[in-house]
Amino acid sequence: MTPTPQTPSRAGRTPMKEQDPKVRAGNFDEVPLGYSADEAAAEAKRCLRCKKPLCMEGCPVSVKIPEFVGLVADGKFSEAALKIKETNSLPAICGRVCPQETQCEMKCILGKKGSPVAIGNLERFAADWEMARGSFAMPPLKPRNGKKVGVVGSGPAGLTTAGELVKEGFDVTIFEAFHEAGGVLVYGIPEFRLPKEIVKKEISYLEKLGVKLERNFIVGRTATVDGLLSEEGFSAIFIGAGAGLPAFLHIPGENSVGVYSANEYLTRSNLMKAYKEGADTPIIRGRHVITVGGGNVAMDAARTALRLGAETSSIVYRRTEAEMPARAAEIHHAKQEGILFNLLTNPVEVLADDKGFVTGMRCLRMELGAPDESGRRRPVAVKGSEFDMHCDVVIVAIGNSPNPLIRETTPDIAVTRHGTIAASEADGRTSKKSVYAGGDIVTGAATVIQAMGAGRNAAKSIVEDIAK
Amino acid sequence: MQRIIKKEQLSELVYRYRVEAPRIAKMRKAGQFVIVRATTEGERIPLTIANANADEGWIEIIFQVAGKSTTILSILVEGDNIIDLAGPLGRPTHIENFGKCLCIGGGVGAAPLYPIVSALAAAGNEITTILAARTANLILLEKEMGALAKRLIVSTDDGSKGVQGFAVDSVKKLLAAGKNFDFSVIIGPAMMMKVTSAATVAAGIKTMVSLNPIMIDGTGMCGGCRVTVGKETKFACVDGPEFDAAKIDWDEMMRRLNGYRAFERTAVEKHNCIVTGRPA
Repeated sequence: MTPTPQTPSRAGRTPMKEQDPKVRAGNFDEVPLGYSADEAAAEAKRCLRCKKPLCMEGCPVSVKIPEFVGLVADGKFSEAALKIKETNSLPAICGRVCPQETQCEMKCILGKKGSPVAIGNLERFAADWEMARGSFAMPPLKPRNGKKVGVVGSGPAGLTTAGELVKEGFDVTIFEAFHEAGGVLVYGIPEFRLPKEIVKKEISYLEKLGVKLERNFIVGRTATVDGLLSEEGFSAIFIGAGAGLPAFLHIPGENSVGVYSANEYLTRSNLMKAYKEGADTPIIRGRHVITVGGGNVAMDAARTALRLGAETSSIVYRRTEAEMPARAAEIHHAKQEGILFNLLTNPVEVLADDKGFVTGMRCLRMELGAPDESGRRRPVAVKGSEFDMHCDVVIVAIGNSPNPLIRETTPDIAVTRHGTIAASEADGRTSKKSVYAGGDIVTGAATVIQAMGAGRNAAKSIVEDIAK
Repeated sequence: MQRIIKKEQLSELVYRYRVEAPRIAKMRKAGQFVIVRATTEGERIPLTIANANADEGWIEIIFQVAGKSTTILSILVEGDNIIDLAGPLGRPTHIENFGKCLCIGGGVGAAPLYPIVSALAAAGNEITTILAARTANLILLEKEMGALAKRLIVSTDDGSKGVQGFAVDSVKKLLAAGKNFDFSVIIGPAMMMKVTSAATVAAGIKTMVSLNPIMIDGTGMCGGCRVTVGKETKFACVDGPEFDAAKIDWDEMMRRLNGYRAFERTAVEKHNCIVTGRPA
């Protein structure tokens, strides 16, 4: 039953309409279609307006959730968007890619007995409403303080830091290695999950606030952190350089033609637009594609392969669905679209023809043993269970290791044994004076909103340390 | 956006552009490369920095027209902008006074070789250079290389200039004549590097080659440029582009280079169609 604005239901959540799975598996358009104004208001009216809103505790950037939801309920949609933007510069993005089910929505009291308020959907609705109006209301900007801050990387961490600092009066420059800004939001997350037009608009909003963007600028190479600090007048540098180098399986045949890292596959499709007919950057459109891994990136890759025309697109994961790090919603969407799940399966070799093109993958069946250090039950190979799967493209989506470029060219910054930059998640301070860091370069691969939270915390520290 | 301040055509298919890039000119070292994009929808292509002047704020790139992206790049004229130019990328060449160096450039490989030879010469090495190409008009930088070398050998496959034969033939002749070398660097097409380095390595000469595999970002993010070196997977963009020739899995590297041949052919045919108005 769909609740109407007149009779809000506390139990029933207003579903967001989605493209039909069969149709969407053949296009790159966004899957969820968004709320109508009526649907949004109806959903917002489910909110209990708790005196002590637990939902806010679940939000890494402390969005004023009850206040913005109340504004949506009252039909004040633009005001709602501005309310979110007080603490979150990228609401249209967060409304789409945040794992709300483990954050704000998990804390919602309504969730105890029924389903929680669809906070993410409402955030997306309010942000889209504001964007569609085309006129951005400017948040209050403090007077310029004449201090320059450099931000390395234009992904979620960097964009957030930049947005916070420009509001505080700093002269902010973002340095982006690619020709286009957005980091993982443009090279990693596919169009059908996060339309690039949205990312562009969020970034142009920051530019309107005064943030400068230098593209094709690789900090560590085009200029070093020390050079920016000592020779170019920057008072502080925030490093949000992202997750970096893709991990591989280190199995025979892995360098065959048709084996991609998820980073490469998604970058070709998303950033370089290889999914469009006639694009300059090629991508091998496999008929049978296997993606190795169980995270959101693996789901993105497998669903992209389907949209690029694969007859079968399969996930191969060595544990069970319960251990998969991907969001439940992503797994659900993937299944709806017909992605095949080969669980408890571990690749041991990529098979190729004499020209080096992939022809298949040799795998072992696994079973779960005792828990390992991650707390998840360790997969153990079943003896004699070797079997071959036919495929012509393999995508490896098993994580990343940090890019060494900055640590190698900034010798006095402390790094962890994993190669990530050592920085406090609470305040973003590193071992090096005037240098801050946050996002995947500190935590290893994590979520967009965690990176945004880290960016926000680092911005606060920069204000404390530098503004005076 | 980076302005082209000078354009020269070095041979039928090879161009040299001098491009405004003060930051890259200041930071670059021998052996490093840039990523170039000529159009808003274009591919990102890696090109080695062939020369640079930090005081005047420019770098030079030399490229051979080989596919759609380089064709489009070649149409630009002086005063035009290259929309995207990022760098310098890759690890610089390790330069020291090795003693006697044998520097070998195959075809357009002479371009990335030149700054390395300059740096080796400046470090006090005695330079022997072999410039090899298919035919006379593909021999590049003969004058510039000649100025740095004690001995310069030019060879062409068809004998139209210098000695007739492949680079490896000249290497074998030098070795047979009792010449010895302490270090060798070879840059050219993959097959040329494979067979030529086999000869220098067999003679016990420490040999480096500069690889030019398929790349997307050039900063280590995609892993498309991976090569097997000494049984380990390395990324040419961040671990290279120079590697010890003796340790490279050449056959795997060449198979990966050929992975997109079919796409490249189609792209060029389609592009020529647009340019000429005729079906390819």
